Amino acid sequence: MLGFLTRRLASLLATAFLASVIVFVVLEVLPGDPALLMLGTEARPDTLAALRAEMNLDRPPVERYFLWLGGFLTGDLGTSHTYNVPVAGLIGDRLAVTLPLTLMALVLSTLLAVPLGFLAATRRNRAGDYAVMAFSQLGVAIPNFWFGIVLTLVFSVTLGWFSSGGFPGWEGGLGPGLKALVLPATALALTEAAILTRVTRSAVLETLEEDYVRTARAKGLSPAQVMGRHVLRNALVPIMTIVGLQFGFLVAGAIVVENVFYLPGLGRLLYQAVNQRDLIVVRDVVVLITILVVAANFTVDLLYALVDPRPKEGRG
Amino acid sequence: MLRLCPTFAAAAVLLLPLTADAARSDAVIGMTLEPPHLDPTASSAAAIDEIVYANVFEGLTRIDGTGRVVPGLAESWTVSDDGLTYTFSLRQGVLFHDGTAFDSADVKFSLERAKAPDSTNAQKQYFEPIRSIETPSPYEVVITLDYSDGAFLFHMGQGDAVIVAPESVDGNKSHPIGTGPFRFERWQPGDRVELVRNPDFRDPDGIALDRVTFRFIPDAAAQVAALLAGDVDAYPNMGAPETLARFEGDPRFVVDVGTTEGETVLALNWRRTPFDDPRVRQAVMHAIDRQALVDAAMFGYGTPIGTHFAPHHPAYEDLTGLYPHDPGKAKALLAEAGYPDGFETTLRLPPPSYARRGGEIIRAQLAEVGIRAQIIPVEWAQWLDQVFTNADYDMSIVSHVEPMDIGIYARGLDYYFGYESEAFRQVIDALETTVDDSQRNALYREAQEILARDLASIYLFQLPKIGVRNAALEGLWSNSPVPANDMTAVHWAD
Repeated sequence: MLGFLTRRLASLLATAFLASVIVFVVLEVLPGDPALLMLGTEARPDTLAALRAEMNLDRPPVERYFLWLGGFLTGDLGTSHTYNVPVAGLIGDRLAVTLPLTLMALVLSTLLAVPLGFLAATRRNRAGDYAVMAFSQLGVAIPNFWFGIVLTLVFSVTLGWFSSGGFPGWEGGLGPGLKALVLPATALALTEAAILTRVTRSAVLETLEEDYVRTARAKGLSPAQVMGRHVLRNALVPIMTIVGLQFGFLVAGAIVVENVFYLPGLGRLLYQAVNQRDLIVVRDVVVLITILVVAANFTVDLLYALVDPRPKEGRG
Repeated sequence: MLRLCPTFAAAAVLLLPLTADAARSDAVIGMTLEPPHLDPTASSAAAIDEIVYANVFEGLTRIDGTGRVVPGLAESWTVSDDGLTYTFSLRQGVLFHDGTAFDSADVKFSLERAKAPDSTNAQKQYFEPIRSIETPSPYEVVITLDYSDGAFLFHMGQGDAVIVAPESVDGNKSHPIGTGPFRFERWQPGDRVELVRNPDFRDPDGIALDRVTFRFIPDAAAQVAALLAGDVDAYPNMGAPETLARFEGDPRFVVDVGTTEGETVLALNWRRTPFDDPRVRQAVMHAIDRQALVDAAMFGYGTPIGTHFAPHHPAYEDLTGLYPHDPGKAKALLAEAGYPDGFETTLRLPPPSYARRGGEIIRAQLAEVGIRAQIIPVEWAQWLDQVFTNADYDMSIVSHVEPMDIGIYARGLDYYFGYESEAFRQVIDALETTVDDSQRNALYREAQEILARDLASIYLFQLPKIGVRNAALEGLWSNSPVPANDMTAVHWAD
């Protein structure tokens, strides 16, 4: 178990390190002077020189990489060029929107998909199954920003139940904050729920064929006991794998959805930073998102160990 | 009765928004970009001025919706005959939002701060001519210049030259304190900035709104939804012209199309053949149908221009008729210049859609007269590097958005056009020492004519300022002579 953990942790760190190198190199090979790019055509030479110095552009790339990495590890992410505030604080504020949004979407999609998948599997090739599969087919095909626009048109423009976007901040209380996240989280959750429904359905179907399920039935366990004790726990392993992977898709999807609902989250920060050529922020946010996704997958690995009913010895 | 109820309810629902509007005293203004901070004297970001200019902060002079210089914190002024001494009479009884009094010492402080060596003012050159600032009384300021600067009063009306107080200046980035009709209330980063009416404003009855909220919504689809849902009352600068059709047919909304300071030009590299030949430049101009270009690339929004000047300015001259669309004449001129079969060239296009979409149209129009342009799409970084800095290009399309920037043509080989004209330079020099408005306008007209005749660039169209607003919200600027959303006169129609 300890060896497994160490190996997973090492691979987590290696992935994060590799991501930081790639992000740095990609931004490094962009053509042109990054300082000039950030300041525009009317920049005065002294302002340009000041920014170059701040970005350490006068030093060799390798040294600059390690300066940046060192800062990143000590929590000093530099100063945003467009906002003139420390990037760390900026990212912290934005995480307070993106993390709840992503988690809400994750919970929503799981709550929607797992029961639906079970339902479809237990009613295989019957009306219920077809209905659920039709829903998931549709959900997989439709992109989340389109869901977002449709939800806005129905619930904001026509019904007026929710505002079309924006975020009031958590200072105003939990209620208004959560309410502002309902439509975006739903838009984000629907696509993922569709995928998860299919995975759940096939995982349950596969488990139902297993010998130990037949044995359990033969032992005289009730269908509910069979489902709860044997099918669910075993089917959870592939479901969790997908949920873990989905965290990455949800974070990526948040970039789009936050723009549709103009939420001040990490995704919108990244989008704004790209548009305003704030390369300092772009670099930090991309690496942070990578770390988030890698950490989510690491958590899933840990949960495997808890959920998987098979004996732990001899496994990874 | 039972039957009537649903009808009545439906009618009530339909009426509600209308009656609600009439009683409203707040307005929500949508913006595409969020400002980095709120101090207009420390950044060139237009989004700062779009919130605080004329609302929170005021300058000695101010620029009105047509680009004219009108009194601001200075009630009146006189200029000496040599154009070197400006005497401003200040308004009395003006208070900053923190309760401190405004007087000549604040003016001296603000302008000296902007001119100081360590100043972070984005337009330091505005203050360079200032030699000394004297304050003979609390309500009189005498500014002496080192050399005459005809644009001095215009520059003093820009957001970069607003008057700040020494007591509050350090906090202006996050909590701006000025003298304007609205006070800063709060900034929810990534979402909104809220301003409230300043009860101590010198003309309290002149302000109709109690509260103004600026919301930041970058995505075009989200902008449309926010307007339709009523979350935003007006969008003074809608980015995407393709979204406007749905508002034009809707009686609840009004689409305002005005002009900006963005002259969109097809830049020709004067250092290279064949563009050093006036006949070739004329041929290019004759080959281009500006209106067709505006229709196809800008969905019909945009004003064709024949020179480098904003159409809303009083000195603007319409010179689009000088070299009208005439492909036959273009071919004849090319033949005369030694290119009977046209020639090959390149066209570098930066990312904005006016350039990318416009470039396709222009390539097609040029092809009709035999000029075969190869399109090279470039990112901004490449554009800055190749075209702007190193002048390594044949043709390029870009919009010059800085206000009153006709002087860039006097920079000769230092500027990427490579245009050199002694006559033009003399006009610009004369402008620098002329203060009188009518004389300045005459010089501006002369400058415009020289550029149009020489075809220093191929002038295409002025970028539009396209705003969408709730039909009942009145008083917003329809043009954009300086980046601003002056909310002083904005009100809900009765």
